[in-house]
Amino acid sequence: MSFYKPGFRHPKAPENRIGLTESAYEGAISTLCAGCGHDSISAAIVRACWESAISPHRVAKLSGIGCSSKSPTYFLNQAHGFNTVHGRMPSVMTGAHAANRSLYYVGVSGDGDTASIGMGQFAHIIRRNLNMMYIVENNGCYGLTKGQDSATTDEGTVNKKGVENHFESIDLVGLGLQLGASFVARSFSGDKTQLVPLIKAAMAHKGFALIDVISPCVTFNNHKGSTKSYDYVREHQASGVMMDYVPMADEITIEYDPGSTEEVTLHDGSVIHLHKAESEYDAHDREAAINTLQRYKSEGKILTGLIYLDPQAPDFHEMMGTTATPLNQLDEDALCPGRSALARINAALS
Amino acid sequence: MNAEVKTQSALNDFVVKFANVNGSGSSSANHMFAKAIFRMGIPVSARNIFPSNIQGMPTWYEVRINEKGHLGRRGETVDIMLSVNPQSMPRDVQEVEPGGYFVYDNTKPLDLRLIRNDINYIGIPLTQMTNTEYSEPRLRQLFKNVIYVGALAALIDMDFEVLTRLVSDQFKSKEKLIQPNIHALEMGYRYTKKKFGCPINLRLEKRDLTGNKIFVDGNTACGLGAVFGGATVAAWYPITPSTSVAEAFEKYASRLRLDPASGDKNYMVIQAEDELSAMGMVIGAAWNGSRSFTATSGPGISLMNEFLGLGYFAEVPAVLIDVQRAGPSTGMPTKTQQSDVLLAAYASHGDTKHLLLFPASPKECFDLTAQALDVAERVQTPVILLTDLDLGMNDWMSEPFEWDDARVYDRGKVLKAEDLDAMAEAGERFGRYLDKDGDGITYRTFPGTHPDKGAYFTRGTSRDEYAVYTEDGDKYVENMERLQRKFVTALKYLPEPVVTQSDGGSKVGVIHYGTTEPSMREAIEILAGEGCHLDDLRLRCFPFHDSVREFIEAHEQIFVVEQNRDSQMRTLLVNELEIDPARLIRVTHYDGTPINARKIVEAIRGQLMDAEVTPIRSVKK
Repeated sequence: MSFYKPGFRHPKAPENRIGLTESAYEGAISTLCAGCGHDSISAAIVRACWESAISPHRVAKLSGIGCSSKSPTYFLNQAHGFNTVHGRMPSVMTGAHAANRSLYYVGVSGDGDTASIGMGQFAHIIRRNLNMMYIVENNGCYGLTKGQDSATTDEGTVNKKGVENHFESIDLVGLGLQLGASFVARSFSGDKTQLVPLIKAAMAHKGFALIDVISPCVTFNNHKGSTKSYDYVREHQASGVMMDYVPMADEITIEYDPGSTEEVTLHDGSVIHLHKAESEYDAHDREAAINTLQRYKSEGKILTGLIYLDPQAPDFHEMMGTTATPLNQLDEDALCPGRSALARINAALS
Repeated sequence: MNAEVKTQSALNDFVVKFANVNGSGSSSANHMFAKAIFRMGIPVSARNIFPSNIQGMPTWYEVRINEKGHLGRRGETVDIMLSVNPQSMPRDVQEVEPGGYFVYDNTKPLDLRLIRNDINYIGIPLTQMTNTEYSEPRLRQLFKNVIYVGALAALIDMDFEVLTRLVSDQFKSKEKLIQPNIHALEMGYRYTKKKFGCPINLRLEKRDLTGNKIFVDGNTACGLGAVFGGATVAAWYPITPSTSVAEAFEKYASRLRLDPASGDKNYMVIQAEDELSAMGMVIGAAWNGSRSFTATSGPGISLMNEFLGLGYFAEVPAVLIDVQRAGPSTGMPTKTQQSDVLLAAYASHGDTKHLLLFPASPKECFDLTAQALDVAERVQTPVILLTDLDLGMNDWMSEPFEWDDARVYDRGKVLKAEDLDAMAEAGERFGRYLDKDGDGITYRTFPGTHPDKGAYFTRGTSRDEYAVYTEDGDKYVENMERLQRKFVTALKYLPEPVVTQSDGGSKVGVIHYGTTEPSMREAIEILAGEGCHLDDLRLRCFPFHDSVREFIEAHEQIFVVEQNRDSQMRTLLVNELEIDPARLIRVTHYDGTPINARKIVEAIRGQLMDAEVTPIRSVKK
């Protein structure tokens, strides 16, 4: 880890649409190992939020427990954060979202936090289509307890001690697709070009946006024989659908070949362009996405990019019929039925 | 009727029990019976004694009528047993007091083994009557229950008009059902009146003793208290006996909490995937500035331990309504107990403790639920309301609910954007865990409040005053000591115990809490009649006020009466107040039935006789 983060920034550092430089989106200094994939993800979140000109204080960042879950401290200092308990971020997130639907919500979790102890809550938050971005910083091992296999460790891989894993791994993208997530992506912490636009689109998406980011653990899972090492992922990463993101305020200036590119307008008016490696790939077809995912896996390739998107799916609050005003802003007038209503209830009970 | 049997006689003071089959739709007919007595102005209590089953197993409904107002369970026996369930008849017959009545369906002859020579038998051909009257099996079953209410009405001289008016009220929205129900009542009433000498010697007479009281269960009261108390997020997982708390909240909120313009909900009820999640949602919502609560029972509390610890240490408000049932483990899920006291007080690992409230009536369920929402935000910690199955799921005669329209919710120490700006101008740095006021309670902010001030990181790990992670031992100890200070401050916001001094004061005192209340009052009256005068203190919260210690110190002997095996409240008193355990005598009852006065009297009487403590009354000054 580093011990010092210089405060000096170039006086002419560029400002975004709301007049903030990128430094306004930074967080505390990371205590993760030097070279940790998670730090690249934090940097990508900083870049994406800055480029999208999201007010940092309008974001709430929540996490569980583990290396990944420490990282919300390392971005968006002006956002409230909540480092909850192991595997339970989704429930705290659900309650927080119920209380105030007007904020951006970023959930950061890891493969242990999501695919093992938090599997139940993960499954159920997807079903609710909570309007949030859920990033899994997936390194295929338990970093903070020194490298034990996790549930996303691929079958047949060998850990640092040379022991082979015989258990089937859990594919969080596959799970997200099956459980009805409305935005499903996979990326790689070492591929900022792909990750930053994905985060921007995920933040703009109205609904549950899952990004499974393979994020190598440099200390315990970056060796030969691992499928979550920098080298392995670089060699096997295959982009199904690359995308770029155009915020609502910007004019679209580049033209794309319509055969392999599709334009999708998100709920907030922003636009994304999907560039498909296979022109017949349909990112709105859940069944096809599941099949493609399986096919890539059997071909030994890691499917990355935006894998599935449904910008129209009703989110949690729409399904629940909640009022437009955030619940935490309602006062006695809106909340308390008052004495006369109570008198009528008493009468009905007597 | 057996002429030789000495019959009991009583006016407005007896117990009626219905023995039925679960799932036969008897509950609304039974409820109608109890409510009619209530409307006759006579104090009444009603208890469902039901199995963990949806259909087929025996179920009972016990109604105690007592014009003196003693509404705890009287004891193990009843005066009138109305048994329409052959499965439970052998047992039902045995419960009848000598001289009492066994009312049964005599469509088929009674098993001779069920004949006792010291009780009266009244046979009514219920099955035959329904078979003649109705062709549909479901109607036969449903109206059988109504017919027996009509029959009982004749036997005990119930005001038939009150009964028919009740039917009209009950089916106000389903008018089609009014006439058929009245018809069924009349069938039972007329048959019985013609066939037997009515009324029997156990009978009712109109009184004016219920005043403006209401007849309601504790879970409805809690749900309603949460609506009035401003809860906006209810997260829960179905579990007997607490399910109807969330259901009541939703029922009333769906009528009273809609945005007038859009019709959208000014609340959210989330059925979580388990109790763990339910508690997480409550914590998340409260962290983000919404009043939130959950309702559960013992097994749920076990699962919520993890989040209760987080709530305590990270200082997030939460309200939890624990409708206690008989444990351990799955225990007896449909039976009552007060056995979560210690678990709730110290839930979760590490040095934790929680604020507890102990309501004893529907009125208190309502008041304390609303108060819990205030206290949780004021003290920034979880508050657990401990009710039980007896209070939660049964109808009780209660004082009416009250609300002062001038009441403002106590949102506690929350800083808004303008506060943060003012602080910054004064050169003051915001510290989430900085004890500015010296009362242990610090200031919090909600997410999204200010562009560049007041953000902080909430965590279950140790931190300094500015919410920065630290493993510094001194900082940790400082924080843990502040949490202790906060609990002293909390007492200001919690209800004092209710002390009832006997005439002239006594050397012997009783401490009880929750649903032991009605039986305790009755027991004290019985013992007073025997010359044993007891002072009484009813606890309403944990931690304990000084008045609890003072009460214990002022008495030579204290009986701690509670509904669990291990005398959990006694342990808590000994532990927290460092009382000599020998001074606190256990009186426990934990077979799953509500504690009754007879049992308390026997236990206390026995102890006092053994101890040869006479005279108990101290000399009047």
